[in-house]
Amino acid sequence: MAAKAPTFAQRINKGLRRVPPWLIYVIGFAWMGWEFWRALSAIGPYAVEPINVLEREYGLRALQLLVAGLVVTPLMRWTRVSLIRFRRAIGLMAFYFVLAHFAVFVLLDLGGFFDPGYALAQVWTETIKRPYITVGMAALVLLIPLALTSNDWAMRRMRQGWKQMHRLVYVIVPLAGVHFLWLAKGFQIEPILYLVGTALLLALRVDWRGLMERKSPNKAA
Amino acid sequence: MAHRWKNDLTRADVTPPALWMNRRRLIAAMGASGAAGLGLGPSMAAAQETLEPNSLEEITSYNNFYEFGTGKQDPERYADEMVIEPWSITVDGLVDNPGEYSLAELLGDLTPEERIYRFRCVEAWSMVVPWQGVELADILTRLGVQDEARYVAFETVVQPENMPGVRRGVLDFPYVEGLRLDEAMHPLTLLATGLYDQPMPKQNGAPIRLVVPWKYGFKSIKSIVRISLTAEEPPATWNRLNPREYGFYSNVNPNVDHPRWSQATERVIGGGLFAQRQPTQMFNGYDEVASLYEGMDLQAQF
Repeated sequence: MAAKAPTFAQRINKGLRRVPPWLIYVIGFAWMGWEFWRALSAIGPYAVEPINVLEREYGLRALQLLVAGLVVTPLMRWTRVSLIRFRRAIGLMAFYFVLAHFAVFVLLDLGGFFDPGYALAQVWTETIKRPYITVGMAALVLLIPLALTSNDWAMRRMRQGWKQMHRLVYVIVPLAGVHFLWLAKGFQIEPILYLVGTALLLALRVDWRGLMERKSPNKAA
Repeated sequence: MAHRWKNDLTRADVTPPALWMNRRRLIAAMGASGAAGLGLGPSMAAAQETLEPNSLEEITSYNNFYEFGTGKQDPERYADEMVIEPWSITVDGLVDNPGEYSLAELLGDLTPEERIYRFRCVEAWSMVVPWQGVELADILTRLGVQDEARYVAFETVVQPENMPGVRRGVLDFPYVEGLRLDEAMHPLTLLATGLYDQPMPKQNGAPIRLVVPWKYGFKSIKSIVRISLTAEEPPATWNRLNPREYGFYSNVNPNVDHPRWSQATERVIGGGLFAQRQPTQMFNGYDEVASLYEGMDLQAQF
């Protein structure tokens, strides 16, 4: 008898198996370098004020990758399409874009390239004084342990603790979204969409039924 | 009448760098007596060394004009759709000669003159712009300001069908701004009709806009369709949206930070990827307006 025809998801997963995860690093770093080169050459959106544009470019890519990382689990649950092989690369690439974003902030925006002492002092005062920077810095700092443990060795060593620690992304992604929303002037739809998307992706993870049953134990009686 | 404002930026600042480099060498060669003969004091020579006007491309492709969107390139991309002909400006309130004025009628026999001003955005970047315009005081005098008038209110055109930012409701449009009457009458305050010797580009607020060089850029309202003389302080869009962040006066002041960022320094547009910030000057360097605010606590009334 002929085997059952593969489902749509199975066919996609089969195709994805041929894509190496390191491709994400190649594309990510190539993109990062390309945008830096464009900024350096004052091309396109970088023509007039490249520093701010590059800072936002890296920050936005980081946020997009962070949100993409949250898509993996619900996508698997609802469609059986598995991107799990790519999740570590997605998360780490998000972290590298956050680092690039921070580097542009310190070295170029605050002038740390010329005066590191002044720039670092500024990072500190700005982090304390400006809530949107406080929130962004919190997201960055919280990402560091996750990035450091995004390897097989740490996963084996930490066992259950690894999973618990990496749930920090459920805090980090909203922080990043708030950081984006908070620096907008006027009513801007884009940061709101990222926050709404994040909220939906997080809501999909909540066991609503279990929560309801636990909250109303009398119903069973 | 108040003294006429004297330009501390010169024509040399707008001519192409290759040309003014030559001229600068010429001035240097003439020595101190030569410079004095040209009416250039030492401070003005210093200003020439440090201040260079931005290119037309920079001035016309990096704008905040939220009617067209919040992106810096949106105004250049979409402002072309704005209809500026015919243009009518409503003058009302406490004036002797209210009515609907065409641009030509409003300007009358006044001839626009060149004013090279520093322009400091509230977002902590700045440019130097060679405007053409007339002093607002001259217009107001012709309109006949009545004794009870204390403020001047301005309003920007709204054309939803041509303005994507208006359709998206980025701000509460129409954009409105206001000045105290003495600010409006100050000889620095300009109604500008052009820059770089050409009619005002649409993304910069065609056909006529306000320029108040000692205040943050958002006070310099674009594409004006209404000028009203009022007794009470008129609403101002950003102030109304967030009074904690944007005061009615919004004078450039390095000592009063925007709650979300420092105003102590600014980045002059055009320095590329490695541009350094420079200190922001009180009143954007236009100290002659300080007397307008004598006795005011500029920390509280920012």
